[in-house]
Amino acid sequence: MFDPRAETMPRPELEALKLERLQHIVRYCYENVPFYHKRFDSIGLKPEHIRTLADVRLIPPTTKADLRDNYPFGLFAVPREKVVRIHASSGTTGKPTVVGYTKNDLDMWSGVMARIICAAGVNESDIAQISFGYGLFTGALGLHYGLERVGAAVVPASSGNSEKQLMLMKDFGVTTLIATPTYAMYLGELAAELGYGPEDFKLRIGLFGSEGCTTELRAKIEKRLGLFATDNYGMSELIGPGVSGECEYRCGLHFAEDHFLPEIVDPETLEPKDEGEAGELIVTTLTKEAMPLLRYRTRDLTRITTEPCKCGRTHARMEKVMGRSDDMLKIRGVNVFPSQIESVIMQIPQISPHYMLYIRREGYHDTLEVQVELMDGSLLDSFAALEELTATIRAKLRVVLGIDAKVKLVGPKTIERFAGGKAKRIVDLRDMR
Amino acid sequence: MAVRQLSVFLENRTGTLCELTQALTDNGIDVRAITLADTVEFGILRLIVSDPVKAEQVLRERHFTVSITEVLCVRVDDVPGGLNAVLQLLQKEGISLEYVYAYISKSVDACVIFYVKDRARAEETLRKNGITLLEEAY
Repeated sequence: MFDPRAETMPRPELEALKLERLQHIVRYCYENVPFYHKRFDSIGLKPEHIRTLADVRLIPPTTKADLRDNYPFGLFAVPREKVVRIHASSGTTGKPTVVGYTKNDLDMWSGVMARIICAAGVNESDIAQISFGYGLFTGALGLHYGLERVGAAVVPASSGNSEKQLMLMKDFGVTTLIATPTYAMYLGELAAELGYGPEDFKLRIGLFGSEGCTTELRAKIEKRLGLFATDNYGMSELIGPGVSGECEYRCGLHFAEDHFLPEIVDPETLEPKDEGEAGELIVTTLTKEAMPLLRYRTRDLTRITTEPCKCGRTHARMEKVMGRSDDMLKIRGVNVFPSQIESVIMQIPQISPHYMLYIRREGYHDTLEVQVELMDGSLLDSFAALEELTATIRAKLRVVLGIDAKVKLVGPKTIERFAGGKAKRIVDLRDMR
Repeated sequence: MAVRQLSVFLENRTGTLCELTQALTDNGIDVRAITLADTVEFGILRLIVSDPVKAEQVLRERHFTVSITEVLCVRVDDVPGGLNAVLQLLQKEGISLEYVYAYISKSVDACVIFYVKDRARAEETLRKNGITLLEEAY
């Protein structure tokens, strides 16, 4: 454990610390961020109204739109000379969202990152290759500083040039791989194509993040690369990766509660959910200096429990994100999450783990088409066998989703591999004319 | 006593067949017989080629889903009733065919490719009745 004092703090003590820090950060925001000052004044809210942790609900949530409206530095709480780093999110539409860090912020960030890295089993004897793209994206540098804090040797390979990535992994005896799950899977496939097996590498631990990863996909990656992988969670607006991460028991992601205050609410009404109920995650940064956020709406759907964990950490655990409230597809009125589809696809051995989803509107009817790559040549002797395969996938999808999907088989390697970046597997053609 | 046939999965997309024939051309592989069965979504191409092992490897490298299947290649007299005579024999034994296609070769009269589930029994039936099974379709 990297920081046993903080990570195993008894819950009552932790709750007291959280409240103390919440009260501090609310006042800090009110006094230093004009945006929050105005917002508090407009509803007659004063920092001293926050007397308990539950009082956090008096504060209106902050959204991504607020970040965009205050582009680039409008939400900074410190003068420019205190800011030592600026990151920005991969804004796919319009301006990116910008995040600033003070020296203390960077120190806190590498600290919470180090906890997750240690929890995955990494130590100072490890060699860690970071195959996230470096740059404005927080993933690479977050892990980078966290790994250095733990004392591991970092190989900042960045993304792309996959054959070279494999060469470095093999020649350096890399033990820890940092990548998106999609890219890790791709590296595993490429390794097999080049004739490498897990025995050619010294890999033992994987820290995969920045996009969702089902348990099934993770199992496939682990088998291909011969490693043990844990999941971690975060977002650049909050700090980057490091907000929560799994321990060796992989029964949820321990939330760094001493730095981030989580809430679970109904995404439509914003009413609080009970412990263990699924809803949207809202996070207040408790210790950030440069750009603190109060009740930031993550749009990620999950649930949280404070049940004790076998590892001894007392911090609450959140479930793997089951989807995003804005990624959620509504097809024929039914809520569909891409992660549900992925978990079905991973169970079918005759197809590859790569897939694409196409949603179309035919008349007033939405259709979902799932494209998967046929890998198993032995089915080619009869159409019946292929039809049976598509029928099986379809039936399994119907069970999980509750709606009918069309399954289309395509050739191997025809679906994009999204090397290095986040996978974009959904094509919604409903608004197309 | 069987002939090796290639089965290839083809997406219904302009140019996929062409990508395949280009790959074979680049590697000097000759095609003797070809048949394409298609559905709305995809096709399965079946091929008899000069070097099935090499062809399989070449196509796999180019990311085709491909497999080698052993099929019966039967010599048939190129006269009226030639194919019927062979089919009657199989029918009597209750052997059903999954698919059939044919080609005219330079050296023999006509060749018919059969894929049956119970190949051993089909082979025995045909051989007993003096039908020639080719080992090399090429």
